[in-house]
Amino acid sequence: MKKVMTGNEAVAQGVKLSRVQVISAYPITPQTTIVEELSEMCADGRLNAKFLKVESEHSAMASIIASCTAGVRSFTATSSQGLVLMHEMLHWAAGARLPVVMVNVNRALGSPWNIGNEQSDSLSQRDTGWIQLYCENNQEVVDTIPQAYRIAETVKLPVMVVLDAFVLSHTAEPTEIPDQERIDEFLPPFKGDFTLTGRRHQSFNPITSPDYYMEFRYKIQKAMDQAKEVARSVDEDYEGLFRRGYGIMEKYNWDGADTVLVTSGAVTSTSRFVADELAKEGKRVGLLKMKMFRPFPTEAIREVLGGTRKVAVLDRGLSFGQSGFFAQEIRSTFCNEDEQPRIFGFVAGLGGRDVTPEDIRQMISYTLENDRPRHDIIWIGLKQ
Amino acid sequence: MIEIRFHGRGGQGAVVASKLLASALFAEGKSVQSFPSFGVERRGAPVMAFLRIDNHPIKLRTNVYNPDHIIVLDATLVEAVDVTSGLKPKGWIILNSDHSPEEFTGFASFRVATVDATKIAVENHLGSRTHPIVNTAILGAFSKVTGLVSIEAVAQSIREAVPAKTEENARAAVEAYDKTVLPSNDHPTEG
Repeated sequence: MKKVMTGNEAVAQGVKLSRVQVISAYPITPQTTIVEELSEMCADGRLNAKFLKVESEHSAMASIIASCTAGVRSFTATSSQGLVLMHEMLHWAAGARLPVVMVNVNRALGSPWNIGNEQSDSLSQRDTGWIQLYCENNQEVVDTIPQAYRIAETVKLPVMVVLDAFVLSHTAEPTEIPDQERIDEFLPPFKGDFTLTGRRHQSFNPITSPDYYMEFRYKIQKAMDQAKEVARSVDEDYEGLFRRGYGIMEKYNWDGADTVLVTSGAVTSTSRFVADELAKEGKRVGLLKMKMFRPFPTEAIREVLGGTRKVAVLDRGLSFGQSGFFAQEIRSTFCNEDEQPRIFGFVAGLGGRDVTPEDIRQMISYTLENDRPRHDIIWIGLKQ
Repeated sequence: MIEIRFHGRGGQGAVVASKLLASALFAEGKSVQSFPSFGVERRGAPVMAFLRIDNHPIKLRTNVYNPDHIIVLDATLVEAVDVTSGLKPKGWIILNSDHSPEEFTGFASFRVATVDATKIAVENHLGSRTHPIVNTAILGAFSKVTGLVSIEAVAQSIREAVPAKTEENARAAVEAYDKTVLPSNDHPTEG
């Protein structure tokens, strides 16, 4: 059934469909309504899960690390400062190889205070060992959550599903709620390999000597490598059941284009609008939507962007002292290649500043008109 | 594509009104996108909500800068904020007011319709006399003025989504539909 719902409501529906058993959260704007909705579902019995209201985001992650260790499908949601407060526990969840799923609503970090949309909160967690999947619209949000559990429980790594603050979290649009029976077919109940039962003596995450620690890390890297293929095949299965698939990336309007704009999240949608207009004007500019950021789909990026002449990358966040997150990673993908596209890194839309079709056109014009970028970051919409 | 901007005060339900209207339009086959102004909202402070309506899936995800029509839940906002900012020429201004459209003389390049949504809300026991909840009544006026959505779909959307005083809210919308005052030289557009 299709209903007009916000991104936050879509998250709650996705969690309910995934038959999550423990939800632990600390309320933070603008993800608040996710956990409001879930707590109501738990209270009135629509969702048979234990809802834990904890004293901080750090505790929220710590408690789902515990529940997942006990073999229970677990969920939390956060945003911005809440996510960065969890930072220590993010490493722990990945190191302990726990398939928890978290939704992060992409929002700027303080100081100064700002509750607007940008991607720095999640992208600055890229080295924690979490798989990261970015959503373009509310339909993709509800569809990605059951997929995230399948991926997480297959490769034994945590998954962060990311949606844009306000532009998706508080925006209501028609969204199909998948059928529960078919989701059950797609996502079997969770069964951990090593679970804390309390019935016998067990020790989890003991101190590990240099003789073994490095191999644990190596295995995380191997699991990340595996996640690329797993995510692709999980999405294919999903598409087979529900006729909606997203891939780990998507090409749009590529017919004959030798210049491509790379986007992620909700701004992809506005970029499609611009790409459609440009096509009508006879300008051939392709679009590459990146859904998966971790693991970074290096081989796929080389394959799809390898033949292009110029690549414009739209970043809504940056590593201070370097450049936009996506631009950095795409550049590094090509460093040992004989032939590589010119990579233009744009930064726009920080702290909730609107990214308009005119801004996107400006990025594309700069890329078309210049042989190579004059700076590592080309700022769009910056006040002088 | 048609873009609507709602002006209200924090707590009046402008955001809910936008979502209810979105559901009504969706039920009649339109693509919709409803969102609040993305900021910190405080009770009583001027707030906005937005609605995009199209016959095709909506790709544009930016703020609304040039609305086709505006809905003003509280006529005192006309003094406080520039409600017509960016409004397209000939766009409708749907005002909650007990005055006639002709009395709003400052909106020469636009069209004004009024409805006494406050009175309708109070009569239907929606909110209190000092804080009437007018967000459902005003939707009836939108249906009447623009013809973009039927009053039946608006009432149905309210019945499906409003948890408290459901029938009173639906009735308020229908009454507002009947009592909306159009300028004497204008007629409702055909939907």
